[in-house]
Amino acid sequence: MNNTFIKFNNITKKFPRVIANDDISFDIKKSSVHALLGENGAGKSTLVKVLYGLLASDHGTITFNDQELNISSPSEARNKGIGMVFQHFSLFESLTVRDNLILGIDKKISYSDLKNQLENISSKYNLPLDLDAPITSLSAGEKQRVEIVRILLQDPQLLIMDEPTSVLTPQEVENLFVTLNALVKEGRTILYITHKLEEVITLCNDVTIMRNGKVIDSCSTDNQTAKSLATKMLGEKLEDLKTDYSHIKNEISFSSKNISCSFNDPFFTDLKNISFDVNVGEIFGIAGVAGNGQSELMDILVGENTLIDSGELIFNNRNIEFLNPQKRRDLSMAFVPENRLGHSAVPELTLSENILLSQFPNNKFSKNGILNHNSIEDYAIKVIENFNVVTPGSDAKASSLSGGNLQKFVIGREISSKPKLLIISHPTWGIDAGAEHSIRESLIDLSKNGTSIIVLSQDLDELIEITHRIAVIFDGKLSKPINTNEVDIAKLGLLMGGKNE
Amino acid sequence: MNKFIPIIISRPQSSNLMNVLVPVIAVILTLLTGSIIFSIMGFNPFFALHTFFISPISTSYGISELLVKATPLALIAIGLAFCFKNNIYNIGAEGQLTMGAIFGGGIGIYFYDTNAFWLLPLMILGGAIGGALWAMIPALLKTKFNTNEILTSLMLVYVALLILDYLVVGPWKDPLGYSFPKTRQFSESGRMPLLFAGLRVHFGLIITLVLIFFSWFIFSKTIFGFQLKVSGYSPTAARYAGFSQNILVYLAFGICGAFAGIAGLSEVSGPIGLLYRDISPNYGFTAIIVAFLGRLHPIGIIFASLIIALTYLGAEDAQLFMQIPAAVGFVFQGLILFYLLGADLLVNYKLEFNK
Repeated sequence: MNNTFIKFNNITKKFPRVIANDDISFDIKKSSVHALLGENGAGKSTLVKVLYGLLASDHGTITFNDQELNISSPSEARNKGIGMVFQHFSLFESLTVRDNLILGIDKKISYSDLKNQLENISSKYNLPLDLDAPITSLSAGEKQRVEIVRILLQDPQLLIMDEPTSVLTPQEVENLFVTLNALVKEGRTILYITHKLEEVITLCNDVTIMRNGKVIDSCSTDNQTAKSLATKMLGEKLEDLKTDYSHIKNEISFSSKNISCSFNDPFFTDLKNISFDVNVGEIFGIAGVAGNGQSELMDILVGENTLIDSGELIFNNRNIEFLNPQKRRDLSMAFVPENRLGHSAVPELTLSENILLSQFPNNKFSKNGILNHNSIEDYAIKVIENFNVVTPGSDAKASSLSGGNLQKFVIGREISSKPKLLIISHPTWGIDAGAEHSIRESLIDLSKNGTSIIVLSQDLDELIEITHRIAVIFDGKLSKPINTNEVDIAKLGLLMGGKNE
Repeated sequence: MNKFIPIIISRPQSSNLMNVLVPVIAVILTLLTGSIIFSIMGFNPFFALHTFFISPISTSYGISELLVKATPLALIAIGLAFCFKNNIYNIGAEGQLTMGAIFGGGIGIYFYDTNAFWLLPLMILGGAIGGALWAMIPALLKTKFNTNEILTSLMLVYVALLILDYLVVGPWKDPLGYSFPKTRQFSESGRMPLLFAGLRVHFGLIITLVLIFFSWFIFSKTIFGFQLKVSGYSPTAARYAGFSQNILVYLAFGICGAFAGIAGLSEVSGPIGLLYRDISPNYGFTAIIVAFLGRLHPIGIIFASLIIALTYLGAEDAQLFMQIPAAVGFVFQGLILFYLLGADLLVNYKLEFNK
């Protein structure tokens, strides 16, 4: 019996600098939960967008119910019976649940019919809803229920779910699984995108693992363990590591002690007892899949968020958890947040003006509040020359630089002051290979000259190349650090997927 | 069909020359459009434009009147620039002006029979404090309760106007004034000195020019000016740099309120000489247009205040000599703003047609 429901045939999708999907072929069986597993940037989202009609593939076809799927928009996808629940909700916050459901329907339907259908769906799939409640008053789990019901009203054959549990509490996750199982029993098919290994094993029948735009394996989950999945997700890429530990001093430069911070917001990850030490001259890496608390931790390390619940940050034997970023810079800390445009640099301002965003004690940019334009200009020119920033000059607007050049400029600005500690998030995110190499080199050189560095990154290759120790952040908790030269990819993969041994 | 709809593409670098020329181009286009409108209305466009833009300022008296009107507009607008650069939308300058007039004018009324050199400086100080205090209310509400300053500052305009109303018909009423809603005259030393005998242009103009220079210095040479700019463009970057948003909110509101208060005081102690109900023909609101026309830049604001003041004078003359409604003045204000914003767009973006 042929129960293949969807067949991807050699799907290829290229973007200007990256091949997001490279010759993707696999099958999804009818009435199964099929997991699509991979790191950030593995190509999962691109593939799903092609399936849902948001992107057109360059090459290849999709067979849906034994027919070639030929769609160019999500509404056509919905007409064919494909529904998708996105990671971020698209609901009108000020309207009620009922209004949102009515607005989401493409076809004409009488009010009483809608009510009957809703009651039917609610009871059949364990999806209780209060129709008169305004969306703002709902929890993230309830909002997701509204989204699911809205899709189910269209009676889809295939339901795509993008990281559905990332905003849910454990109790809500269990309820979701009950719903999904009921849907599958009825003959519907679910394509479940995730990076959580545990969910793949407990919920899904089959799994397709993607890495760097390619399908690594597509198989039943029956004979898989979290460990075997982790290895497939990350690959076995350890060659001879030449991590150099010789210059690290046995002296703690920075330590985080039991930092906890709760946000009361489903789109933020609460941090739980984050503790780690960084020695003088050491590069400490924090790995993890996006959205597990990295940006929240970064805000606390930089000092943009000083409203922590408990814990201490100690730098050079001084408590700094309540100091703002400028006061921390005065102690010789430097910061490079992930986002360049509008965070570590202001696109509308010139490069010289951007220099002023972070002032260190050894800069002479101002006296009694009055700017010294010459010294700012000199510093900008020095950064541009020393870090090979390609730009017409220091009076060019930051927005006119390419991503890699602006990142070199920002990092140059921060490390030209020879800080004792550099905290950097995603140093080479979205930039070309040349700039990537030079940035990694400059970080390694900096640490050899005695600067401690904390690197937050999703890019494991990068962390393995430059760091001395790596810890993994998952759901706001930080694992014990591992020496980079003894690192075991499978173990890292387990930690990133939320499995402790 | 799509062939005729242009795509708007951002220019990598806008031309500095064009940036300077934009206001000039906008004025020329406004005059061209104005002459077409006048032709349609049946007037000789040259005569009409002459009546509107030349004859009001063809006498020394006319130029003095232009400066009298431009003085409060420019002073309030440069104050507003502190707020607008920081993306704080203080719409309540009219209320801050009124409070300045009440505080400063109150001192003038209290010392109505005193003649001393310190009286005017004290009144100016009172005006600045009155305006700044009134501006502190929306600032406090914004930083403590995250209220929208557009609403609070606007509503406080009407509160201030009603307080003035109450004072001039109640406790501060001129005892010898036959129950007219006005106060006593300020003493001679409580009046802004006139700059030229026989003309109404007064010392307030000098104060305005000094404060405009002061603001230019703050904007281009100090850390504080830089902080205003950064937090206006990107609050996230300002937080990263470690600037305190709350302090910036208080300072911007405080400076803006003080400037508007001084403008109010210099109106009542300049041309008017006492307090009554209608001390300002909406200078506080019109200054918002001036600030944006002048692109929040000190020099730009000086020119913009002269242009807007001229549309007021021209509208009065057009009403007198051409029997057309004074509202034509607003048509010209609108045209200038329209062409300026349009030209601005084309400096930063280009249109591309599909070939």
